[in-house]
Amino acid sequence: MDRHLRALVLGAALATGLVGSAVAAKTTATIGMRLEPPHLDPTAGAAAAIDEIVYQNIFEGLTQIDESGQVQPDLAESWTISEDGLTYTFKLRDGVTFHDGTSFDAEDVKFSFERAKAEDSTNAQKRIFEPIESITAVDPTTVEIKLSRPAGSFLFDLGWGDAVIVAPESADTNKTDPVGTGAFKFDRWVKGDRVEISSFDDYWGTSAKLTGATFKFIGDPAAALAAVLAGDVDAFPNFPATENLPQLEADPRFDVVVGTTEGETILALNNKRPPFDNKKVRQAISHAIDRQAVIDGAMFGYGTPIGSHFAPHNPAYVDLTGLYAYDPAKAKALLDEAGDGDGFKATLKLPPTTYARRSGEIIASELGKIGIEVEIIPVEWAQWLEEVFRGGDFDMTIVSHTEPLDIDIYARDDYYFGYDNPEFDAIIEKLQSEADTDARNALYEQAQRMIAEDAVNAFLFQLPKAGVWDKNLKGLWANAPIQANDLTDASWQQ
Amino acid sequence: MLTFVARKLGGLIATLVVASVVIFAVLEVLPGDPASLMLGVNAQPDTIAALRSELGLDQPAAARYLSWVGGFFVGDFGISYTYRVPVAELIADRAMVSLPLALMALILSTAIALPLGTLAAAGHNRWPDVSIMSFAQLGVAVPNFWFGILLVYLFAVTLRWLPAGGFAGWDAGLGPAFASLALPAIALALPQAAILARVMRSALLDVLHEDYIRTARAKGLTAGSTIWRHGVRNALIPVLTILGLQFAFLIAGTIIIENVFYLPGLGRLIFQAVAQRDLIVVQSLVVLLVASVVTVNFLVDLAYAWVDPRLRHGRR
Repeated sequence: MDRHLRALVLGAALATGLVGSAVAAKTTATIGMRLEPPHLDPTAGAAAAIDEIVYQNIFEGLTQIDESGQVQPDLAESWTISEDGLTYTFKLRDGVTFHDGTSFDAEDVKFSFERAKAEDSTNAQKRIFEPIESITAVDPTTVEIKLSRPAGSFLFDLGWGDAVIVAPESADTNKTDPVGTGAFKFDRWVKGDRVEISSFDDYWGTSAKLTGATFKFIGDPAAALAAVLAGDVDAFPNFPATENLPQLEADPRFDVVVGTTEGETILALNNKRPPFDNKKVRQAISHAIDRQAVIDGAMFGYGTPIGSHFAPHNPAYVDLTGLYAYDPAKAKALLDEAGDGDGFKATLKLPPTTYARRSGEIIASELGKIGIEVEIIPVEWAQWLEEVFRGGDFDMTIVSHTEPLDIDIYARDDYYFGYDNPEFDAIIEKLQSEADTDARNALYEQAQRMIAEDAVNAFLFQLPKAGVWDKNLKGLWANAPIQANDLTDASWQQ
Repeated sequence: MLTFVARKLGGLIATLVVASVVIFAVLEVLPGDPASLMLGVNAQPDTIAALRSELGLDQPAAARYLSWVGGFFVGDFGISYTYRVPVAELIADRAMVSLPLALMALILSTAIALPLGTLAAAGHNRWPDVSIMSFAQLGVAVPNFWFGILLVYLFAVTLRWLPAGGFAGWDAGLGPAFASLALPAIALALPQAAILARVMRSALLDVLHEDYIRTARAKGLTAGSTIWRHGVRNALIPVLTILGLQFAFLIAGTIIIENVFYLPGLGRLIFQAVAQRDLIVVQSLVVLLVASVVTVNFLVDLAYAWVDPRLRHGRR
């Protein structure tokens, strides 16, 4: 209360006394976002826009992922893992309440995870909960989770937005009226325009420094630029108009911060369909692409080249970009060896993102130089999911795989690019039961090398996260280890 | 007259039934499943099946069509797949932005076009005509979204008089609400005004060659009074017809303008709903638009029939 009063007095003093030299102290922020979420329940949908509003702000999990991608305690203040890696005992925080006043305890954890695991669950990451055998609320602040098999990434997975803790009283209405335990509570959603949140007075941890925030939905890149320039939004954490970044960098009002994401952008090849089932053809394609030219041309120079399906900022990363250096002559020779020296025709299905459409144009022209005649087919996301991802009906496509540490997708059965290698599957299986960090990193290295050698896909670049914000607004994330706009630490510099 | 109305009304209903079937069928074969899109790339097949059954998508197409159409009679358009709120509520909220916007643009374009068109006709082939028609030519050529972007850069980014986009909401008061609609309304209105001014000018020029105008002048009426009392009134008939037609174009124009100014209107709703495969929203919106167009046509037919008795007997 005292703090609020002081802020009020200070605000009034600034407003009355210093007009002209300073604006009244700002305590709220307007955040621009490209897409509007379909609803606000992170446990029932995959849309990144849901997490970009609610993660850490409204909902919290047992663990959380911090800006550098590390697991931190959240609603669980500590935990112990049994010797065999099968029993996790979480010590929960005391005195935590949901925004509707109901209190948080071990039963809520049990409810949340059992709901996510249930048969009629609509959790987009249900596989996180799949190893869970039983959940016991030992006492109000202790939860014991027994797993049916070791899961090396369990603590990390519990930090995902899909594993946040919800209350039985409000779980069914979270889509339109989300009730969590976070530092901000949901105020209102003007559909098509904005979502408003404000700081929660009874928050268990350090209160948010902002008194409130508004997420404003601006889909058009030109409109996003105008909104930033006009000061209608204070920050655009994922700024869509990359070509305008130099202009904003030159403007003293703004900070332009280019960070990393977990998005490995790949030219995915249909390994099940000729001629892409031939390793030599895939290697030829990898050699034919000048990654730096793609980054310069499609991403205006932002982005880091990759040589395998792994994020460069991860400690276990191996630089394999030299394996298939840009070499059209060698690519042509490999095609000859494969018996496709006369070239062939292929389609390239491109989802609607700017990175895919622009990279696609450049890659089509590069592949044309070694005799592969590429027909570009633009598709919408819904169509991409149905035809390419679930139907496997494609030759080539460009997409960014944004889930953290997702190299295990190469071990999944019937995954859309159709890679099938028992040796690789064995590495991933070992990873699941391995808890030791060094051993895990060694396994990750093996995995990276194997898919790079096999040229499963052509690995292009790590998707950058380009954020633009008012230079007095501090505490926003530079990187995006998960999809989030964590505002709990954001504040205006006075 | 009664048979005429009944015939037209029957045609209207038949059009709507056919339209609803066609729209439903087209969306049915459109690739992309809403449940699959909402759950993303990591979802397991059983999760998608669970969501499909929650949304009622596991029902056969015929059953879904009938329950959707059946709901119309009680004003129930179903529940949006993605937002999970009643479609009728979504549409009503968005209409509160799109309709005032289209209306503002219509009033603005008329207020600009009619005086300018009259002035151009009055000063036929002299400087007012030449300069006004040059501007009108430019107005017809410039696409409204590009004009909208220019307006934003001048009034929002440089001068900072008005917001660059977004909608303050009617509950924020009339001032902020109209301020958010001002630039989009101007962007929509100017190209329309350009067309309308040209129509007004040529209509008035036609009228001014009529005998009764010469008679009026011969009786000693001044040039100004002649144009005002005999010319403009008679020229308004073709102008009003064009104005009616333009309202449909204005509604279509809002789809683009609402994206440029990120206004939460019907155009943006339909755009988003298609991308997210919120098919029930798309269906209902399109049927509603078809209904409004055929209703306007129906009313126009009635009005013509009222004016011209020959039309009542189907000799159009």
